[in-house]
Amino acid sequence: MSDAPGKPVPKPNGDTQPFWDACNADRLVFQKCTSCGHAQFYPRSACVKCESAALDWSDAEPTGTVYTFTIVQRAPSPAFRGDVPYVLALIDLSDGFRMMMNVVDCDPQDVAIGKPVGIVFEQREGQKVPQAVLTA
Amino acid sequence: MAKKAVITGVHNTKVGEVPGSTAMSLHAEAARGAVADAGLKLADIDGVLCAYVITETYPMLSSAFCEYVGIQPNFNAGVNAGGATGAIMVMQAAAMVEAGVCKHVLCVAGDNRVTGMTRDRVVAALAEFGHPQFEVPYGISIPTAYAMVAQRYMHETGATLEYLAALSVTHRKHAAMHPDAHMTKPITMEDCADAKVISAPLRLLDCCLISDGAAAYVISAPDAAAEAKTHPVEILGAGQGHTHEHIVAAPSLTDFGCKQSSQRAFKEAGIGHGDIDVAEIYDSFTITLLVELESIGFFAKGEAGRAALAGELTHGGSLPCNTHGGLLSFGHSGAAGGMFHVVEAVRQLRHEAQSRQVPDAELCFVHGDGGVLSAHCSLILGRG
Repeated sequence: MSDAPGKPVPKPNGDTQPFWDACNADRLVFQKCTSCGHAQFYPRSACVKCESAALDWSDAEPTGTVYTFTIVQRAPSPAFRGDVPYVLALIDLSDGFRMMMNVVDCDPQDVAIGKPVGIVFEQREGQKVPQAVLTA
Repeated sequence: MAKKAVITGVHNTKVGEVPGSTAMSLHAEAARGAVADAGLKLADIDGVLCAYVITETYPMLSSAFCEYVGIQPNFNAGVNAGGATGAIMVMQAAAMVEAGVCKHVLCVAGDNRVTGMTRDRVVAALAEFGHPQFEVPYGISIPTAYAMVAQRYMHETGATLEYLAALSVTHRKHAAMHPDAHMTKPITMEDCADAKVISAPLRLLDCCLISDGAAAYVISAPDAAAEAKTHPVEILGAGQGHTHEHIVAAPSLTDFGCKQSSQRAFKEAGIGHGDIDVAEIYDSFTITLLVELESIGFFAKGEAGRAALAGELTHGGSLPCNTHGGLLSFGHSGAAGGMFHVVEAVRQLRHEAQSRQVPDAELCFVHGDGGVLSAHCSLILGRG
């Protein structure tokens, strides 16, 4: 993805600060419920499965597969126009949670449902954001 | 006398480009039209439900609307559930009149998204939709989210782009029979195939329109419906289903809350899918309608597109659907978009749909969904 000015930069809040701090250290983390074991994403104040507030931050295996994707031909804002066509995808991480990412550094035509991906971090002003890359 | 709440008045404004209109003038025109249709006066309205507009800023839209038309109702509130708003308004108003809180509730929404703001502003406003930290940074927009639903659906079912195109063509054919529709020029399967890709696999003709327009209806208490002059349309069943807001958190991309909402509505009405004569189901994209037709249970998984190709979703087919042309061709004016489905349902059940009329229609299924198949509301309406 090009780093054109104006692309949205995530603004961490009280629920998500540890997640984004970890990204800036090139680590992908997620909430694991110490009560029921649920792998939770996105970060919240309590577990959606058992309501426990005892959530631990765990390092995620930086691998996953493409659950679904689209090749975007019409950008939602000028900041993304330079990237068209780009791939927007839902990635199922190996630890059992789902995230939205772009699949970057590839020919969009090579992306397919089920393909394995790894995680890289893209600098967005002062915040790194996780992105997916094809690994096969 | 009807036992259930009754829809006594409906109206839609002209839809498309309405030069000189404002969000408020469209609201007022639709509201006065629906009240007049019912044979009532604005002064008879004792409850109001509004939604939202994006062309202007109204932190308290329902209050601003009442001020604009000069009414002071006993009850006044807003509903904000995207495309499910129109159906939820009916369910909410029905609950209020059946509980005796109000006699005649006016539901109204509209926006002038074509003439009131630039296309880029519309697209940018819609792009604000999405989780601000976990979706928006990746360049999501509403079409891209639905494109991901379509990609997964096609992967699982083997559905083809032709299935989607069949829906576009059918909707345009229906819109051509409606005097108020936005887009009436016939389109072919080839036009759909040649349309530019917006977000693969969705192409331009898979996407709803952006239109100026407004709609309104009056929901009346069972014992007050006789004050209206129209043939009563009863709200026989209603149900909602809510599974997520953001697509990243959706529990499934092929089954949705419409399954629960429709089950609840059918159960309350005491009827089944086969009893339905005509359906008006939210169609923000072709894929929206396709997955909902299956998730609701009108067709087996992967079969709705084949049915569309075979002509089952138009007059003479097993389930005439979106007989006004839907959001794809009749028009889409913000929260009013889902209300157009209700307005058409009422016209079908009153047997006032002229050349679009499904003969002897007695029972209609109506469905709205908001977000990315996030918020769902189903209605069963019956000719009283």
